[in-house]
Amino acid sequence: MAYSLKQQVSKPERFAGGHRLCAGCGAGLAVRGVLRALKPEDKAVITNATSCLEVSSYLYPYTAWQDSYIHSAFENAGATAGGVEAAYRVLKKKGKINDTFKFIAFGGDGGTYDIGLQSLSGAMERGHDMVYVCYDNEAYMNTGIQRSSSTPRFTDATTTPVGKVIPGKPQNKKDLTAILAAHNIPYVAQTTFIGNFKDFHEKAEKALYTEGPAFLNVMSPCPRGWRYEAEDLAEICKLAVDTCVWPLFEVESGVWKLNYEPKKKLPVEDYLKKQGRFKHMFKAGNEWMIEEAQQFVDEKWESLLARCK
Amino acid sequence: MARKDRMSGNEAVAFAMKQINPDVMGAFPITPSTEIPQYFSTYVANGEVDTEFVAVESEHSAMSTCMAAQAAGGRAITATSSAGMALMWEMLYVTSSARLPVTMALVNRALTGPININNDHSDSMGARDSGWIQLYAETNQEAYDNFVQAMPIGENKEVRLPVMVCQDGFITSHAVENIELLEDETVKKFVGEYEPEHYLLKKENPLAVGPYDISNYYMEHKKQQAEAMKHAKPVILEVARRFEEISGRSYGFFEAFEMEDAEVALVLIGSSAGTAKETVKQLRREGKKVGLVKVRVFRPFPMEELAEALKVVKAVAVMDKAESFSACGGPLFAEVRSALYDLENRPKAINYVYGLGGRDICVEDFAMIYDQLFEIGRTGVAGEIYRHFGQREQEV
Repeated sequence: MAYSLKQQVSKPERFAGGHRLCAGCGAGLAVRGVLRALKPEDKAVITNATSCLEVSSYLYPYTAWQDSYIHSAFENAGATAGGVEAAYRVLKKKGKINDTFKFIAFGGDGGTYDIGLQSLSGAMERGHDMVYVCYDNEAYMNTGIQRSSSTPRFTDATTTPVGKVIPGKPQNKKDLTAILAAHNIPYVAQTTFIGNFKDFHEKAEKALYTEGPAFLNVMSPCPRGWRYEAEDLAEICKLAVDTCVWPLFEVESGVWKLNYEPKKKLPVEDYLKKQGRFKHMFKAGNEWMIEEAQQFVDEKWESLLARCK
Repeated sequence: MARKDRMSGNEAVAFAMKQINPDVMGAFPITPSTEIPQYFSTYVANGEVDTEFVAVESEHSAMSTCMAAQAAGGRAITATSSAGMALMWEMLYVTSSARLPVTMALVNRALTGPININNDHSDSMGARDSGWIQLYAETNQEAYDNFVQAMPIGENKEVRLPVMVCQDGFITSHAVENIELLEDETVKKFVGEYEPEHYLLKKENPLAVGPYDISNYYMEHKKQQAEAMKHAKPVILEVARRFEEISGRSYGFFEAFEMEDAEVALVLIGSSAGTAKETVKQLRREGKKVGLVKVRVFRPFPMEELAEALKVVKAVAVMDKAESFSACGGPLFAEVRSALYDLENRPKAINYVYGLGGRDICVEDFAMIYDQLFEIGRTGVAGEIYRHFGQREQEV
């Protein structure tokens, strides 16, 4: 059936509006978007790494989750989801459970690219039937905007501040989606929030209903860390895609597929200038930063195109 | 009918696991506990159990898997030692605070720094405040028996706490001893089905586990955990009573050996009790009134009961197979001396830290310690209280 935003948003929400996430935060959109792709009759157990999302959605004694939910620690969402899924398999085999459950883990980039990478890699390698969703906001936002290995080069973060000798984060962003693709799992995809959520929805649905492990990397901007106006969220995501900073692609059973090629590839500065974290890059004398940022994006884009041929 | 066999402590525990047939095992190898998941994976490979064997990439993930599987409504087990438990550290607290009765076979081994693979209790003693029930074994038989009793204790509705079943690395884990095994059906019936009230995979009632607990609630939750540990005391005794019915073997918080008329006593944990008992027998033959208290249950700590058992003696040596670097004694000593405080005529107490990293202790050593206790009893002077035993004093 063709995707219809109207139809999708008319489904009952599985993530209640009373959560405490900031206005203009991508994490909530990522959650709602993934949960909308669940068949209403299917139950789910959500696993959450310690993160903004966790402390905002399950603040005792309230929970924003309509489905069963487990948070155990920061670095182990993969193993935690795997543990629930393992119990499901055996309890189903023993006839103690009849319903269909889906298993979804949510982690931020800190809990996924960094401290949770080992646990995620292990869970993917072991083949648990689960979807791991990274809501990538490119820094440790929960603790106050410290750099992660997902933070782009030159970002002004609190542990990579722009100083007199160091101009923001010295290193480029880690390519986690490719690392997950190298696990040769059934489904890996990269997406974000542009327009009517079609790309996001289809990927979430595929991830959920492909048997075995799946990984979704969702660019999920953070208004506090990225310093943009709350209402600009979708525009920033669109710019990330049109500048090829965050290309939309998927890797199905090892086959790379580009999902969107901008008609006109926009310069990276269009994306950078919307955000306070890159403000220093536009100061006189710092043109080289924008040039090098552009060069990095171009190289990554070319290699992606080559992989998707 | 019980059957007799010869098994190492690791095999005995793995065998108990097989008889219980748990739902999930999270497993990562570490010496000297490695054999437990090895044996168990053979049972899985041969279809002798229904367990999902999850061979994870680290001990942290092993405990995460177990915690989550237990929250999901299953019975989860793991086995580890030393640095493996240290890597689980965070998850030990998470598991107990979520009140999930995971069962862990801990094969005690020294903690790294420097690396050492032999037995002492620094791993489990370090975890004494993590909210886990701790049972210790002297022999392979006790390791097996404790494991069979662990789930009925931890899963009791008044308790709901994880249980650590400890045995001494290599000394019992690898040494083969005669053992009496219960029949599969007897164990199954004794342990029963795991039927939690609330779990993640419950059809009509979703559950949320592991909240962000702000200051308004955190302390109440910690108090509940502390209460659960108190509730575990009568449950441990009740489970032991039921266990005696099926096995003929009796267990309590500790074993008091020749304590009725003892003038001096040792308090210790684990396999050293075998050597100490031999010493007691020899000294008793010489007419010396010596006794021994072997602690089986360290968490919850049986404070009043221990004080009662020790009130008869003039002097007591508490033997710690773990340093705690408190500069005034080991962890068992701190607890035992505190237990003695309320006695009207409390015995003199000294502490020996011994056996670290697998350092041997033998009958002559214990005999020497008993002699020192008699001397303290006679003079009423304890002298240096915090002592180490068995190490060379020269720089090595």
